[in-house]
Amino acid sequence: MTTLKVRIWRGTESGDFQDFEVPREESQTVLDVVTYVQRHLDPSLAYRFACRVGMCGSCAMTVNGQSRWTCRTHVSKVAEDGRLEIAPLHNLPVIRDLVTDMSEFFDKWAKAHGQFTGTRTRYEDFESISPASAERQQVDAAIECIGCGVCYSACDVVSWNPDYAGPAALNRAWTLVNDVRDAATLERLRAVAGDAGAHACHTHMSCTDRCPKQISPTAGIAGLKRAIAKAALKGEL
Amino acid sequence: MSARTQVFLWIGQRASAAVLALCVLVHLCTIVYAVRGGLSAAEILARTQGNVAWLAFYTVFVFAVAVHVPIGLRAILSEWVGWRDGSRDLALWVFGAVLAVMGIRAVFGVFG
Repeated sequence: MTTLKVRIWRGTESGDFQDFEVPREESQTVLDVVTYVQRHLDPSLAYRFACRVGMCGSCAMTVNGQSRWTCRTHVSKVAEDGRLEIAPLHNLPVIRDLVTDMSEFFDKWAKAHGQFTGTRTRYEDFESISPASAERQQVDAAIECIGCGVCYSACDVVSWNPDYAGPAALNRAWTLVNDVRDAATLERLRAVAGDAGAHACHTHMSCTDRCPKQISPTAGIAGLKRAIAKAALKGEL
Repeated sequence: MSARTQVFLWIGQRASAAVLALCVLVHLCTIVYAVRGGLSAAEILARTQGNVAWLAFYTVFVFAVAVHVPIGLRAILSEWVGWRDGSRDLALWVFGAVLAVMGIRAVFGVFG
C-alpha cells in the first residue's frame, strides 16, 4: 500500500507542522486526507467542513502553498512526490490548526453594502429580468461565489492593507450594482470606493487565478472602478 | 482623506498615465533621432531654445509626472512601509510640488 507523507499545521498563529502518513486511495481528495488524520491518527486535529461537494465554502485551506477548496481538490492534482503540506488560509487569524476566524472576511461583505436593498413588497408582483440583459449577464458571471475565502487568502493587497475589503466582498458588491431591482447603488459605490475598496486593487489577478468557481473578482472590481469614476465625475459620489 | 478624494486621486493617476504613455513615446523617439551622429548640448539647445512646441510638450510632461509619481508612491508607502496617516499625504504634496518646480525650471532652462 502506498502512503502519502502529510505535514499539517498545528497550533494558532504560532505553531509547527506535524508529520503524518496517510494511505493513498483512488480519487482521494485533500479533505479525505485531513479527515483520515482526524479520525484515525489524531482526533484533536481541528478543521472545518460541511457539504463535501463544493457548495458550502467551509473547507478551504492552503495546500502545498496555494489556497484551495479541499473537498474538490484531488490529491493526484496537488501532491508533489507523494507529499502534501496543509495549512490554514492566509490573511485570516488562525483559531486552531486548520480553522481560521472568518468574521473579518464576512464583516467586510457587510461593510461593502453586500445586502440587497429592494423596493417592492411581498404584495407586489415579481420584477421580470431578461436573462439576456447586459446587467444580468454580469451578475451571472459573478453570482456563484460560495464565500470560501480562497480569493481573500490569495490576495497580496489584503496582506499589505488590512483595511482592504478583498475580492469576495467587492465581487458581491458588483453583483448588486448590476441588480436592476436594487435601490442602493450609490450608497454601495460610496462604500467600496477609495483606499479600502476597489481602488486598492492592483489587478494582480491572484483571486481570479485561484477562485474554485472560476469567477473573476478582478473583472468585477474593474467594473466597480468604472462605475465609481463615472459617479465621481457626475458629482454623485 | 475622504473616499471621494481618493477616487479623484485614482482618476488623476490613470489620466496622467495616459498622458505619460504618449509623452514617453515622443521622448524616446526624440532621443533615438537626436543621438544620430553624436549628442551635444549645443544640438539640444538649438532644438529647444525659443521653440514653443517643445516648451509646451515638456511642460505637459513635467506636470503629468508631478501628478503621477506622488500618487503611485502613496500606495507604495502605505502598503510596503505602513505609512498611512496624513503626514504621508503632506509629504507627498511637497514631493509633487518639488518635482513640478524642478521640472519646470529645467524646461525653461532649455527654452530660454
